[in-house]
Amino acid sequence: MAAVTTELTKTGDSPRRNGIGLRARSARRTRVIRVLAMLPFGLFFAVPLIALIEFSTRSSDLYGERTLEYWRAIGDNPDLLIALRDSLLLALITSVVALALLVPTMVWVRLRLPKLQRVVEFLCLLPLTIPALVLVVGLGPIYLWIAYFTPAEYDSSPLVLAFAYVVLVMPYMYRALDAGLQAIDVRTLSEAARSLGAGWFTVMVRVILPNVFSAVLNASLLAVALVLGEFTVASLLNYDNLQVAINLQAQASVGVSVALAAAALIFVFILLFALSFVGRRRSTAKGK
Amino acid sequence: MTSTVGVPAGQSTRTGRRFSLSWLGVVPFFAYVGLFLLLPTGLVVIQAFGTPEGQPTLSNIRALGESYVLTAFWRSIQLSFATAAIGAIFGALLAYLVVSGPADGLLRRTVTAVAGVLAQFGGVTLAFAFMVSVGNQGLVTLLLQDTGISVSGGWLYELSGLIVVYLYFQIPLMVLVFLPALDGVKPQWREATESLGGSTWAYWRHVAAPLLAPPFMGAFLLLFANAFAAYATAAALISQGGIIIPLQIRAAMTSETVLGQENVAKALALGMVIVVAVAMALYSWMQRRSARWLQ
Amino acid sequence: MTESLTRAGVEVRLEGLRREYGAVTALDGLDLTIEPGEFIALLGPSGCGKTTALRLLAGLEDADGGRVVVGGKDVTGLPTNKRDMGMVFQAYSLFPHMTARQNVAFGLRLRKVGEAERNRRAGEMLELVGLSAQADRYAHQMSGGQQQRVALARALAIQPTVLLLDEPLSALDAKVRASLRDEIRRVQLEVGITTLFVTHDQEEALAVADRVGVMNAGRLEQLGAPTEVYGQPATPFVAEFVGLSNRLPATVSGSKADVLGASLPTVAASVSGPGVALVRPEAVDLVAVDSAGSDDPLTGSIVAVSFLGAVTRITVDLGTHGKVLAQMPTSQAAGFSTGDRARLTFRPAPILVVKA
Repeated sequence: MAAVTTELTKTGDSPRRNGIGLRARSARRTRVIRVLAMLPFGLFFAVPLIALIEFSTRSSDLYGERTLEYWRAIGDNPDLLIALRDSLLLALITSVVALALLVPTMVWVRLRLPKLQRVVEFLCLLPLTIPALVLVVGLGPIYLWIAYFTPAEYDSSPLVLAFAYVVLVMPYMYRALDAGLQAIDVRTLSEAARSLGAGWFTVMVRVILPNVFSAVLNASLLAVALVLGEFTVASLLNYDNLQVAINLQAQASVGVSVALAAAALIFVFILLFALSFVGRRRSTAKGK
Repeated sequence: MTSTVGVPAGQSTRTGRRFSLSWLGVVPFFAYVGLFLLLPTGLVVIQAFGTPEGQPTLSNIRALGESYVLTAFWRSIQLSFATAAIGAIFGALLAYLVVSGPADGLLRRTVTAVAGVLAQFGGVTLAFAFMVSVGNQGLVTLLLQDTGISVSGGWLYELSGLIVVYLYFQIPLMVLVFLPALDGVKPQWREATESLGGSTWAYWRHVAAPLLAPPFMGAFLLLFANAFAAYATAAALISQGGIIIPLQIRAAMTSETVLGQENVAKALALGMVIVVAVAMALYSWMQRRSARWLQ
Repeated sequence: MTESLTRAGVEVRLEGLRREYGAVTALDGLDLTIEPGEFIALLGPSGCGKTTALRLLAGLEDADGGRVVVGGKDVTGLPTNKRDMGMVFQAYSLFPHMTARQNVAFGLRLRKVGEAERNRRAGEMLELVGLSAQADRYAHQMSGGQQQRVALARALAIQPTVLLLDEPLSALDAKVRASLRDEIRRVQLEVGITTLFVTHDQEEALAVADRVGVMNAGRLEQLGAPTEVYGQPATPFVAEFVGLSNRLPATVSGSKADVLGASLPTVAASVSGPGVALVRPEAVDLVAVDSAGSDDPLTGSIVAVSFLGAVTRITVDLGTHGKVLAQMPTSQAAGFSTGDRARLTFRPAPILVVKA
């Protein structure tokens, strides 16, 4: 299928043919209209972000002095720093646990239990249909047990949120990993390795993982981005993560809150842009 | 498996054991999903029909009939419908502008990357971003007041405000979902229509519109479910009360004052999951249908 | 065949057509006249401008210069949907939400033909391409070959003045390609429509067309009957592109060329003096020779024998003059095997001699 399409585009003589079937003639004419039509969209999406940065760098309203005071104040606020640390830890734990759970299962199902593939896919994508809010309602009792078994010194540590976060990131990680696994022939690779005397552990770590490395990286970055932005589960289960702390801090100083929100957002933006770069590099490498 | 023909009887038990050993490999996954996804969902369903002491009751479900709950449901539906409709129309328009743009792909890559980020963007930061742009002390509000136009930011904390804020992630989501559908529309169809004597209007009416209607409707349903289930943005924007169902659930969960009301949250959650599940099921049905046409 | 399907073909003239994409000249002043009812194939490598020529004729692109005249009428400025041309595309051109019958009837629907009448005519067209049984199928329920037949029926249903075929067989597998190729020719003869067929496959072009035009770099290199293009290539490009050619040193004097001692007639476009003769493998015959120590430049040893079914290809190493390919019916090749000595003889067909 893909081979046919490349063949077709190659033999087509005209260098520009648009997806929707717009002709070169009208495409030239509509270029101006297109730019004009995109302006309002750009405005709608840019203004709130600009305002966020603007607000966090002004001492008072519109005509106040430029200042980085709020940004500096983040470092002086122990509550925010602890929440930031916990959220970063949570992101790390969630990625590692979700990968440890998903990668072996997905590979194993492909190799030995292909009948289960649809079930695993359904379960992994199920959290898209069950809103986080519903999950929280049901997780309430389960977290009571977790709190009961937690040693006293770790009481109220938000790190236990990782249990729920693994479920929340599952659909996104599943898709990223599935794309990676689809690009290689897991069965042939592992059969080749096994015929050379490799055990299952070696197959997984030395053969499969290196080949889906960019998919794993992709999935992990997605998980990190999602965990850093998570608010619903943490706030309703009464744990302090980054977003909950930002929200609370707003009552004391809106400026500091907005500065931290902007900082977290910029970090996530960079992360997700890096992610789209990782994905592209993989696909071009595949094309060549 | 031709090798099973004529093998000694002992061989089959070995295959049987290997079979069960393969199953061991997926136990951790199923155990985890069972404990942290299926169990909580099951608890919601079961406890929606029970008292905190575990006695079966319909009183939680009956609470769904209370006028304040019905009003919240109605507002949630209005919010979801409005943001899904507006988001679908403008998202489709933006996707079309991208697809019909230059073929070098720079515009497209940029828009896809940005849309990928913004579709997941919500919660506290998004609420803040709108407060500081169109809230009472917001950038746009102040700029407009400077030019003598009197505006207030109060609308932001009502249903109309939620609609505008939700569009910030609904439109990008639509772009992401609708772009592949537009890609599936082949330039040959346009050219075939023209060579058969059809005008641009005939092409849109007889070919493009019928082909794009299923994916458009599917995307609308996805957006509807997405808005219906969204909590964080609304919660950060509106800290009190329950104008929509997600905020009602918050109120029911955090109300420790009203005894015997704990499980009303579960009934509300059950109502929500039913609405979302129906919309998502219709969405995936539509997706499958249009995948046959637009690959 | 039903009366309504036949229609006298019209003459199509392309006059000095030019088309540029930025710095790339896709079409560099193309002149081509297609006689009424004639089937012309444009053949060339990708990027040679053949598809551009077809798209300009269809009106799908605008010419930067030149005219398109159909049946004596200048249609250069006319949009595609007013040109009345049936077109078959490379692939995937059927409307996926319509059945085969609805696809074929679509052009008639645009012409406001009543439902009963257009279904009747669509049925007739599907019968013409042998797909009556598949009338209610959707594109995704049909094979690639069936889809292209429906596309042909759809193009013909509007009784167009000209039929345009844009590499309609290139996405199909070899077997289907050959049978559909003959099918297209049969239908074209039956309907009698003026046809332009664009392809990069020489076998296709030579098999179906009344005349073949070989294109290169936006220009028409040669236009002639298939036998003419194949047997007497007018330019080095045509000789290289159409079929395989041996390259042998030659000296031309008058209308004769001396090729390693053999005297052969030349075509008009040949150079005079020393050059390189382009000789088709099937114009080379072999005679078995016993001795090893001959000075004859036409004698060499066989280095490869490849059996291709009905024909066999034998490679002879001439030493300093390189290797020569000879192709003959397998029955005649039976006596030769690798290591044997053999002497080349040439059939007296005119050859092209180009600059060395």
